[in-house]
Amino acid sequence: MTSFLQNLVNAMQWGSFYALIALGYSMVYGVLMLFNFAHGDIFMVGAYIGFFVSSGLIALSALGSLVLPSWLILSITILLAMFLTSFVGMLLERVGYRPLRSAPRASAAITGLMIGIILETGNLALLGAQRYKFPALIESTTYNLGGVFITNKKILIVFVSLLLMFALHQFVQRTKWGMAMRAMAYDYIVVPLMGVPINTIALLTFALGSALAAAAGILFGIAYPVLDPYMGILYGWKAFVAAILGGRGSIIGAALAGFLLGFIEIFVAAFISSTLRDLIAYSIILLILTFRPHGFFGEAYSARLRL
Amino acid sequence: MSLLQIEKMTHYFGGLRAVHDYNLEIEPGQIRGLIGPNGAGKTTIFNLITGIYSPTEGRIHLEGKDLIGLQPHQVASLGLGRTFQNLRLWRHMTVLEHVMQARYSKLTYGVVGALLGTPKRYRQEAESERIAYELLDLVGVKHLADQVVINLPYGAQRRVEMARALAIEPKILFLDEPTAGMNLEELSQIMETIRRIHNEFDLTIFLIEHRMKFVMELCDVIQTLVFGEVIAEGTPEAIQNNPEVIDAYLGKEIET
Repeated sequence: MTSFLQNLVNAMQWGSFYALIALGYSMVYGVLMLFNFAHGDIFMVGAYIGFFVSSGLIALSALGSLVLPSWLILSITILLAMFLTSFVGMLLERVGYRPLRSAPRASAAITGLMIGIILETGNLALLGAQRYKFPALIESTTYNLGGVFITNKKILIVFVSLLLMFALHQFVQRTKWGMAMRAMAYDYIVVPLMGVPINTIALLTFALGSALAAAAGILFGIAYPVLDPYMGILYGWKAFVAAILGGRGSIIGAALAGFLLGFIEIFVAAFISSTLRDLIAYSIILLILTFRPHGFFGEAYSARLRL
Repeated sequence: MSLLQIEKMTHYFGGLRAVHDYNLEIEPGQIRGLIGPNGAGKTTIFNLITGIYSPTEGRIHLEGKDLIGLQPHQVASLGLGRTFQNLRLWRHMTVLEHVMQARYSKLTYGVVGALLGTPKRYRQEAESERIAYELLDLVGVKHLADQVVINLPYGAQRRVEMARALAIEPKILFLDEPTAGMNLEELSQIMETIRRIHNEFDLTIFLIEHRMKFVMELCDVIQTLVFGEVIAEGTPEAIQNNPEVIDAYLGKEIET
């Protein structure tokens, strides 16, 4: 039982990363009907931006010119990195995708792949091949709850992830932009005829998705503090699987499927085989998709963004 | 000065001339009709005015302001609201959300205001919601406000479209076949609703219709469009008795 609970805790953390990244895939698909295959690399860029922001703040503190408590450094890092990364996402939309909005779907898809490669190799060119160590933003403490070990990092990661998902849900449900995003998912032709600038909504969608990916990148860096330029590929693909599994365009679906993916991976590794983790985990997901080809919250030929 | 003024508007789709030399002057408070056989280019004219297409040639002015080259959302915010021949609603959104969405350009709170929940945001949203309920009441679907539109009967969906178009506070309301798919009873109800909208705001209306009785009863001035060209313009009586219009609709009488 303790081993089950222990794995559950681990799975919550692991699933948080997938869920946060999957949301970006799902939102962009829901609103603009395109798969942004560069999204995994936005996660990587976000992690690096977080690395530079936090390293800078820590250096300032060490020099004594701006001494900040560590919780503040952490908060500023997350918020500032989300903010800066959202601009990377908006640039991607403006330069990469907008000119191709009326082009065949495949063109937009390969644009994403190419931009991904550019981001990876651009990072390599700028920063070199060495790996960076993400600074320890919080001192690790482990709590023992009846044999289940929970670190403060895990609590932080899961808490921040859930908080962001809640904030996104509120934004999409309650604000005029969120409403416009949902409307675009159902019928985008009429949206501008109601006075809504769709380019603004497209930019905003990319900004939100990228900000969440940046948060995922930083939280990932806190848990697994080694950064490399290709880190976004595998996690990006897996989060993409979660977005599809959740039902294309479904925000709640993407979040739930992200966590489910985490659970399956962790439990396969714990109870079956850690070397065959992905082989078995993704065979299970393939099987789920066979029975639910539109994912959990997907409908055939139906609305694209549902909440 | 006319409210809407269109001069020599021509539009080509590739080599096909869809609209030729189209002129229109709408005075404030008028109800104008546009009739013509299928494929005459009626909806194309609506699409050209509302900015979905940019005309190949010609000028469009709303209250003296040039609309050519503006984005559709800018045209809409300037005061052109419209409905669609084949309903274009946002299937799983509620009736109230449809009308609220069309208030987008009237809500001026910023992203920061939205995130922090400033009083301005709540004040503006409460105001918008009040207006939305009033409009829903006006078109007779207030009791359906919380329903998801996909569950509504056809006639109610048409009314939601009207309320949504009114929510942008249009100077001219464009109705594209407001009676399509309706039975006779619904027809007289929708006619009454359009009159009520017209009287309530002294609103200028421009509508496309196929049902002659409907157009003749409602409109002040009617244009007849055939193959993208206006062949007749005038009062309902003049149009009804115009031989060219009769030809276009019924075919020429063969001389024996």
